[in-house]
Formats: sequence, C-alpha cells, structure tokens
Amino acid sequence: MAITLNINGQDHEIDVDPQMPLLWAIREKAGLTGTKFGCGIAQCGACTVIVDGNAVRSCNTPVATAVGKAIRTIEGVSANNDHPVQVAWQELTVPQCGYCQSGQIMSAVALLENSPSPTDNEIDKAMAGNICRCGTYPRIRAAIHRAAELTK
Amino acid sequence: MNQHNLTRRNFLKISTSVAGGLMIGFNIPTTAEAAAGDATEINAWLTIGPDNIVSIVTPQTEMGQGAWTAIPMMVAEELDIPWENVRNVRADANRHVNNADLYTTTSTGGSSTVSKRHPYIMQAGASARERLRVAASKRWNVPLDKVVAKQGILTAEHESSGKLQGTYGEFAADAAAVTLEAEPAIKAYGDWWLLGKEVKRLDVSLKTNGAAIYPIDVSVDGMVYAAVQACPVPEGKLVSYDFEAVKGMPGVIAAVELKQVKDVPVATDLRSAVAIVAESWYQAKNALAVMPIVWDFGRGATISFESQTAEALSLLATSGTLVKDEEGNIGKGLDRGVNHDAVPDLIASASKLVTGEVYSRPFEAHATMMPPCAVVDVKADRVDVWTFTQDIARSLNEVADQLARDTKTVFLHQTHLGGGFGGGYNMDVHRQAAAISESIGRPVKVIRSREEDIAQDSQRPPVWGTYKAALGDDGLPIALVTHFVGEEKKPAYSQRGVANMPYLVPNRRHEYGAVKNHIPIGAHRAPGANSNGFIVEQMADELAQAGGWDPLDWRIKMTEGNEPWQRVLLAMKEKSGWTTDMGNGEGMGLAVVESHGTIAGCVANVSVSRRGQIFIDKLQYFINSGYVINPLVAREQAESSAIWELGHTMFGGLQLRDGRIVNTNFDSYTLMRMPDTPPVIEVNLEMSQDQWWGGLGEPTGPPTPPAVANAIFYATGTRIRTTPLSKAEL
Repeated sequence: MAITLNINGQDHEIDVDPQMPLLWAIREKAGLTGTKFGCGIAQCGACTVIVDGNAVRSCNTPVATAVGKAIRTIEGVSANNDHPVQVAWQELTVPQCGYCQSGQIMSAVALLENSPSPTDNEIDKAMAGNICRCGTYPRIRAAIHRAAELTK
Repeated sequence: MNQHNLTRRNFLKISTSVAGGLMIGFNIPTTAEAAAGDATEINAWLTIGPDNIVSIVTPQTEMGQGAWTAIPMMVAEELDIPWENVRNVRADANRHVNNADLYTTTSTGGSSTVSKRHPYIMQAGASARERLRVAASKRWNVPLDKVVAKQGILTAEHESSGKLQGTYGEFAADAAAVTLEAEPAIKAYGDWWLLGKEVKRLDVSLKTNGAAIYPIDVSVDGMVYAAVQACPVPEGKLVSYDFEAVKGMPGVIAAVELKQVKDVPVATDLRSAVAIVAESWYQAKNALAVMPIVWDFGRGATISFESQTAEALSLLATSGTLVKDEEGNIGKGLDRGVNHDAVPDLIASASKLVTGEVYSRPFEAHATMMPPCAVVDVKADRVDVWTFTQDIARSLNEVADQLARDTKTVFLHQTHLGGGFGGGYNMDVHRQAAAISESIGRPVKVIRSREEDIAQDSQRPPVWGTYKAALGDDGLPIALVTHFVGEEKKPAYSQRGVANMPYLVPNRRHEYGAVKNHIPIGAHRAPGANSNGFIVEQMADELAQAGGWDPLDWRIKMTEGNEPWQRVLLAMKEKSGWTTDMGNGEGMGLAVVESHGTIAGCVANVSVSRRGQIFIDKLQYFINSGYVINPLVAREQAESSAIWELGHTMFGGLQLRDGRIVNTNFDSYTLMRMPDTPPVIEVNLEMSQDQWWGGLGEPTGPPTPPAVANAIFYATGTRIRTTPLSKAEL
C-alpha cells in the first residue's frame, strides 16, 4: 500500500504493508537509521520517536497509524547536533556504546517539551521505558536537568 | 614488539590492494583511505597531512569504553602533537590479517587496551616523532640533539641561519623515508603532558544525533534481509522445515539452511539453523515465526537449571578437584604462601570451625542493546563484511574460513558496536550472513530478534560455591577450604578471584568441579570474578563475624603488606563513613575484588522496607588500578560496570528449562532501569601511579553484589546467598 509519512517535516512516499511497524518504515524505507531496533516488543525504548508531541515506541506501532501525523526522529532534533538535550548529553559525556541513546534523547526531548523543569521522580517515570546496558542512567538524569537549565 | 610494525615497507607493498576499499555508510576512513589523499603514512599507526592533522589508527573496537580515544591519546602523547590536531581512523582489518598481524592484535576485551597494549602503541608515536626529528636534522643540516619536536612543531638553532622551524606536516614525507638505528624509549609517568588529563571521548557527539554507524545501519545496493533461528536447545540440530508453507507470504524470497559442520560446535562455529530471506526484515521475521520446523534437540533437552543445581549440590557434598599451582589459568596467585596438605587435618581438628552454606549465581546474558547483526556481501572476487565483533581480525578469519576464501579477498569494515561486554567474541552471526549471501548470491543483512539473541548467546556461566574454615585463637582463619562448581565448557571461570584471593590464610585448599552443560559459554564483563566475588566476599564477612572482627578491619588485617589492597581498604576506612550499625532497616556493606589487575572496593548503603523491598541508597567505589590515563573515562567505566552488575544482582537471572533459555526478552529478563538506579554513585580513584597498569572497563562490577548483600545482612540480619536479590524473602 502506498502511504505518505511526514518525518522531520518532510513527506516520504513509501509502499508498505500497513501493519509494518513504523520502526522498519523509518529505517528501511525512509533510510533514517538513527532510530534503533532493540526488542520488538516496546520494552527497551531504543526505537523511541516523537509522534505528534508524544514519545512512542515505533517497533510496535503499525505504520498506518502514523499517517497524517508529525513524526520526529533523532535526525530531526536539530540540524547541527545542538539541541539543548544534545548539548547536555555532550557536556556530560552521556553516551557510551550509544546504541540506546537516540531513544533516550527522544524520550528526554518529549519530557522537556511537556515539563520544562522535571523533578527526579518525573525523570524516572518518563525514562523508565528506555534501557541502557552501559548504565548511563546517572549521567542521563544529570543531563536532563542540565538541558532544562540550558533551555531557560 | 615487532619492529616491522613501524616500517613503511609493509604499506607500500599492500597499498594497491586496499585502494579499492569500500566506503559505504561510513563517516570514518581507514588510514589507507586517509593516506590516499595527500597525507603521508609515517608508520602503520599514523598519517600526517600537510595541514599538520594527524590521523591515528584504532585497531580495537569502540563500544563506549573509550578505545577510540585512549589509543590516539597514547600515540599523541609520544608524538607530541596538539590534541585538536588528532583525528581517529579505523584499522584496516584486511591489512592487519595479511601482514603478520600488523597491529599485534585487534582483540578488544579483558580491559586490556591501555593496561596491556600501551608499550607498543606509545612506541608507534615515539618512533614517528624520532623519525621527524631525524628528517629535520638532515634537511637543516644540524645535529640531531639540537632538534626539538614539540606540539606539532620541529625547531632547532642553527649556527649561521639562526632559529629554524617547521611543522610535522612539512617533514612527513622525509620522515617516512627515515630508518632509525634504534627505537627511542617511551616516556615514563611524570613526563606526560596529555596522559592523565580528563579528555572527552571522540565518539560522544556522533552518538547524540544518530550519526554513529553500527552494523545494523549498513546498507549495500541490492541488499535483502534475513531472520534466523538456531535450535532453541543449543547443540540441537535442524531435522526439517517446510518452506512451502510460508513462501507465498509478502516479500519472502528464500529459505536457507545453515549447516553445522562440527558435531559439538564451539561458540564461533556456525550452528545448525534456518534462515528466511525477504525484502524487509519484518517480513522475514514474520515468515520464520510461522514456518513449521522440526528439531532434534539433542542431549540438552533434559538439562534444566534445577538439574544442574542438583548435580552441583551433589558434587559439593564430596571433595572436588584440587587447584594446583601449575594450572596458571586457574591457580594464578597460589604462590601467596599456600599449603594444601595440612588443610584437611586442621579442619578436622579445629576448635572453632566455620561451615559455609552453598552460594550460587545463575546464567546471565549479554543482551547488548544492539542485537547481533551482520551485513555480508559475497562476490566472486571479494567479500565485504560489517559485523558485531570485538575482534575484527578474528571475525575476518572466520568469514574467510566459512567461505573457504583467501583472507586477502575478505574486507571487514569496523563499525561502532552497540555494546560488547564479551558478547562480541563468541559470535557466529557473520558466518550466518556469509553463508546466506553465498547461497542466494546477494548481499544480506542478518538481524537476530531479541529472543534469538538471548536464546543463542554465549552466556555467563552459573556457579555454586561453599567453604569451610578453621579459626585460631585470635579469631582469624588458620585453614580454609573452598569448593566451587562451575560448568564443563569453561570450568576455569569458577576459580577466578577464588584461588587467587589475597587473604593471608596460612593453609588453603581450593577445589573445583563442573556440571553437565550444553549452553554456550562466553566471556562476560569481568568473567568469573563477577559471580565468584559474590561468594568470596560474603565468606569474608561471615569469617570476620565468626571471629569477632569488624569486616573492614578483618580485610585490612588479612592483607597486611599487600600495598595495593591496603590503599583501597584504608581509603574505605577513612572516607566511606563505614559502620555496621546503622539501625532502622538500613545497612552498610563492603566488598573488594581484584580483576584485570585492578583492585576495586565497593561500599553499599541500603535500606529495606518493612515489606522487604530493597533500596540501594548509595554506592561508593574505591579503585586502585595503578596508572590512569584518562580519569574521566575511568569514572564513566566504573559507573557503567557497577550498574551493569547491579542489574544482574537485583533483577537478572536466566531460566533454563527443558534445555532452553525461557526468558528471552526484556519483559521476562528484567534488567536495570532508570528508577532502579541508586541516587548516589561515587567513584574514588585511589591512584598509586607506581609503575603498574590495571584495566578499568570491568573491575567495579564484581564487588558490587557482595557489598549489597553484606549491607542487606547488616540491615536485616538475613544473608542472601543467590541472585537476583529482588526475589529474596526479607
């Protein structure tokens, strides 16, 4: 089925099975590989993207449900890798292997857009769906506070 | 070191064969590709451009641990070039393999990149600097000892023409032609200008905008996708599959049987499996999920964790095999004054005997965030490979072996790695991709589902252990016997940190045994020490308590004269606020484990609610690794290893039933998440800086579980002898 996905402000005409998870449409069809596959069952958050302002696990979201909505991926966070969340991530050297970090950053961006100065509890709640095997959680927590500060 | 590493001859000989190296989806070139511009290769490790930009090779894989930064730092230290002028380039695996291991090794593990490899890496920089000086001395016609190389600039005073100056870049071509009569010595600690400083990793910003390329991100023209399934009971074999049932499904192209050659494969051999190839990975995975497959499960079908535990308990009830000094892999450290023979009599006649109960740890998976993945493009005259590997040369050789090709025609392109932790060593995913690509005549990307990853991983093995000790009048042990049971594939893991424990018990005997096991076993962040530390360091607390000693004072007493340990223990006493008497359901516990040449101590503060829920309030680490070349990355790795192991301690644990791992995704194999992370993790680097290099990628893991378990004991009076701790009744 031919559909149009609006990703990072750009329309992508793609031909897919409407049940295909949004993740694979973004990676294989639109060619944007910053969004990662981790578990396929919405448990790890590596595939997190923002759809109409909300953090969504793209690995179990059928692509058809994203038609007509604004999809943001890691590639659309900023043109120059300088969104406050990205700057904070760089300042505090958050990423290690880096594989989960696109998802972590998308969850953090969505959190800060909804709650500009989150508490530790709010951060824990918003980030609980994103696993990091390198254990960068303390740095993520600090970097979200730092990004909030940079945004003010 | 091999002198040939540093000569230019190798490069000239093979440069034509690498000129055709592919550049697909890559932001970082290899040295050969960098030198294909107008930069000059001084030796295999570095090129210098006319703009004085130095590109330094990283043969080790970057997986967040900092190899990409540490190796250039070590070379730049010796070369003496401003850090801003340094660029990182990847080693060419083909060139390495086909030139007598040009970079010595590409293996990335054992916390060894800095600790073990610094001599020859620093030598490469020192040698290049010396050749630049010789080149300047010749061109300027001044004595060599008048030429100074500093921060990318060569200078000299000439009798008639005064001060002479030029950049390294201006002398690079001359330097490349210089042959040294003798290699210069590398610098000692104290002479460093860059090492020892906090330097941010070079890979950080690539990982905040999705630019870093992992094997799963690589695309090749005409590429198709494959989903794979090996026998869910490892060592089992494929009997038949019914492709007809699924070949009409959308996008499905082919089924490929992956044939196992050896009867009992090692972890890097291709295991009996079947793949579905499709236009999309999603289509391949869906078709594979419903394709009827018949397996012969083999001997593993009757093995469960319960059956292995029963076997271990029966082994522990009798004497095990004695660990002897000559078994270097098991008995390292036994020279610390051990007397085996007197132990049985001393135990039998002890006036105060301490008999330990059985402790254990379960299987754990690596579950790297990137599931194993490989892209392989098999053509008539060359093979290109991108894969999940912690050793690019080893994987290149495995692909050449799989396809029976000359290694000269196999090109393995290093990528970022979405986690490693040992999981990137024992991997057959590139063999799978190679076999499939060869079979269908197209490039293919194999991605393992998370379920397939955890089911087929080379797991961290379980261990069961116990001890007996005779105490003397001062309450300290005079004789100790430990008995640890591992599994049959890697029994040596059951002794790491046990036979070589530092405690000065005058009479010691260490026994081991192994249970039947068909589950593949591999290295897993601080192998052996990660599980054994949980047992040894709770034993230390039990012995201290039985003898009327404070656990910290006991350890200080029992390691008298062992300066590296004393430094850690005394720092804990001075800085941690140590007490065993907190009250109110709170407790403090400590543990110290040596691994990879580094002594790491952990002090844990926990609180336990009335309903038995455990909270980790604070973790403090005291680390003695000798030299630290980058304290920033040292702290990052200390935090990382600590949280890695805390996750297994609190939540992990694979379940083995009917021969198969049953909890194979993150809904059932539970790991650390943000809300579970302790609010405070402090890292103290008790640097000794005394001619000794320990590793830093792993050592804070092992002391974490016993420190937490000891803290729970002081909080509740209950000792927990297995993990995950969150399942304990408190």
